[in-house]
Amino acid sequence: MTEPTPEPNLPPVTPEAAAETGTLISRISLRQRSGGIVIPIFTVVLAFLIGGVVVAATGHNPFTAYHDIFDGAGLNWFGHPTTNTIDTAPYNLTQTLLLTTTLILTGLAVAFAFRCGMFNIGGQGQYFVGIFVANWIGTSWAGMAPLPHVLIAIVAATLAGAFWAGIAGFLKATVGAHEVITTIMLNWIAIWIGTWLVGDGGPLQNNANTSLPISNDVKPSAQLPVFWGDQGLQGLHIGFFIAIAALVVFWVILNRTTLGYEVKAVGYNPEAAAYAGINVKKNLIRAMAISGAFAGLAGALDMLGYLYRIGVSDIPVSQVGFLGIAVALLGRNTAVGVGLAAFLFGALLFGTTHGLQSGAIDPNLAGYLTYIIQGLIVLFVGADLLILYLWNSRRKLRRKEATA
Amino acid sequence: VTAYGRVEGGLWPAFYRPKTLGIVGILLGVLAVFVVIPPITARSIVWPILIGILAIAVGIWTSSRGERRLGLGATAAGVFGIALGILVTHSGEANLNNVFNAGLISGTFVFSTPLVFAGIGGVFSERSGVVNIGLEGMMLMGAFWSVYGADKTGSWALGLVIAGFAGGMMALVHAYFSIHLRADQIVSGVAINFLALGITGYFFFQLYHGQDIPAGVATIPDVKLPWISNLHFLGQAIGDLNLMVWLSFLLVFVSWLVIFRTSFGLRIRACGEHPRAADTVGINVYGVRYFCVILSGVLAALGGAYLSDGFGGGLFTDNMTEGRGFIALAAMIFGNWRPLGTFYAALLFGFSTKLGLLLQTYSQSASTLFQALPYVLTLVAVAGVIGRTVPPAADGKPYVKQ
Repeated sequence: MTEPTPEPNLPPVTPEAAAETGTLISRISLRQRSGGIVIPIFTVVLAFLIGGVVVAATGHNPFTAYHDIFDGAGLNWFGHPTTNTIDTAPYNLTQTLLLTTTLILTGLAVAFAFRCGMFNIGGQGQYFVGIFVANWIGTSWAGMAPLPHVLIAIVAATLAGAFWAGIAGFLKATVGAHEVITTIMLNWIAIWIGTWLVGDGGPLQNNANTSLPISNDVKPSAQLPVFWGDQGLQGLHIGFFIAIAALVVFWVILNRTTLGYEVKAVGYNPEAAAYAGINVKKNLIRAMAISGAFAGLAGALDMLGYLYRIGVSDIPVSQVGFLGIAVALLGRNTAVGVGLAAFLFGALLFGTTHGLQSGAIDPNLAGYLTYIIQGLIVLFVGADLLILYLWNSRRKLRRKEATA
Repeated sequence: VTAYGRVEGGLWPAFYRPKTLGIVGILLGVLAVFVVIPPITARSIVWPILIGILAIAVGIWTSSRGERRLGLGATAAGVFGIALGILVTHSGEANLNNVFNAGLISGTFVFSTPLVFAGIGGVFSERSGVVNIGLEGMMLMGAFWSVYGADKTGSWALGLVIAGFAGGMMALVHAYFSIHLRADQIVSGVAINFLALGITGYFFFQLYHGQDIPAGVATIPDVKLPWISNLHFLGQAIGDLNLMVWLSFLLVFVSWLVIFRTSFGLRIRACGEHPRAADTVGINVYGVRYFCVILSGVLAALGGAYLSDGFGGGLFTDNMTEGRGFIALAAMIFGNWRPLGTFYAALLFGFSTKLGLLLQTYSQSASTLFQALPYVLTLVAVAGVIGRTVPPAADGKPYVKQ
């Protein structure tokens, strides 16, 4: 599992040649230029089509199923909700946006590392580190004023996420350990440490009721204010705007700062970057740490925004860090793309689970349908050659029409 | 032979070599713990400390004579030996007998078997040059479809066949995307994991409503060894193991033989080290890679089948593998992409899992933290502290025919 290095004898000249010989990054940059927004949309449509075939083949009506999922995500709020969904639509939409908040940040965590030529699979672990640190600080210091309490909790969780990912960056920079392996291992270490923290006899376990493996509740002073919905019913908290701001920060860092320039340079070609005087090792560690900071922030916002507590049984269920991979890949590692992809997956996730009220498809089935669609999207997004092939054949077709 | 070999030949000089002594030092560190656990159960802290200090001394001597890595290992073994030894002497003798018994040995085999199957699968795939993060998903496919197959056909053997087929199909998708379409192999593997989670969960609810797998599904049988199963200790340890456990031993041997002692194995390794050179001498790189990836899927699925239809007693639960595919991946890396190394790593991880379960009665916290051990060890291994892990040179790189 070594880093794919470019072949020095064969400089990619044309996009096609780059696709033939190039590294992952050069192929990604190729896709960045060639397809526009068409390819992600094409990918999503294809994945939904195959998902629909699975639904139809198992004896359910795919059209009603997708329609119910659409309503379950609260997307009908934008149109004209029918009378029987007029009460649930706004609630469902807030839940979709809650998940979007998290997915934007876990998506950015994957996307930022990608821009530096690294694959951060450890978003889930960095998210958990953020969750537990935010819970620890949020449940301590009962008398503190709200603003510093929230700020300290968010900053500490973000730094903790940065540190956790920084380990992988450090190991890559110093001994060349592949970040995919180290982040997978760090994921599971974080998961087991977290299980220990809130499990029986763990340091973060609820001290009022020691029979349950659940943490204490975050103190009201550390809870984020809710601006849409009810604080007690998982309303939409101001973390949503923090996530939007993070998208802007991501864009500014990459496109308007020296840091972003160096990170991208290392991502395109580490050797050329080193030759130009850029410190590659420093940038690998930095990019990984920033990556983890996004995921840690996601954990903090979830914990302080609406979860308030976490139990041992919640830990294996959580998939938002892994979903971040799909979000980043579908969003093509750009700020706008990540935002849109996060909204799509947020809607899909809530619309197929808690929000779904359907006679056409069992919510359990629909929940797993999400994983199938998600898997297909990742599979197709990764297969740029397939898409390039379709793209080129479309161009050839057009050329043929023009000459005819 | 070496710079220190003033005397040549004979048994004593061979022992005198730093390399040999380093290994002895590590064994002494293990012995420091061994003397205080059953069946020896020395109750005095003197023994582990004495033996541990000896191990440290040997370690220092070894590292000062050039074998730095082995010396460090022996010193560390001595320190850990003393610490663990003292800890053990402080716990009750009855507790010790509850933890260190024949069940620990059989449990080690039970928990390492799925890791061995999936890990060896990973060895084949990555030796041919295709990274396989999707082991977890392929295992999960095997876990579900083996139970389904055994339920519908009434035969565990056909269940295994169906499981292998399902895992192989999943691997075929991975192979097609990573070999022909030259998709990023890690992205494709991640997709496989999502897909398998979705497919198994979907059909689990579609076919069994999430819980009602009928009782009495034909399960993979245990092998009762005629003489040994009546013996007191050995009988409990290995007298009544599942068929898949014995098959996993066989698999390790056969895969070692194939990879390192046959011309086909040479071809596999050539495709993973230098595919262009392999292609030049007429090896069908794509063919070899397809075969190895699909084989890895079949093997991982068999490991998953053991989880549900062997050790699990014919029951499937949603997301049953719970990251075991990743431990198998870790075992493969820890074992340095070799069948025997993977087997030892899987045994170590299986041992730590079983020990963690046995410790649950005494300390939930310690038991939970124990589960993180395989991942920590692998992290340390890839960081190069114990020794370098060296993946095949072309692992993860798509090959373009010319």
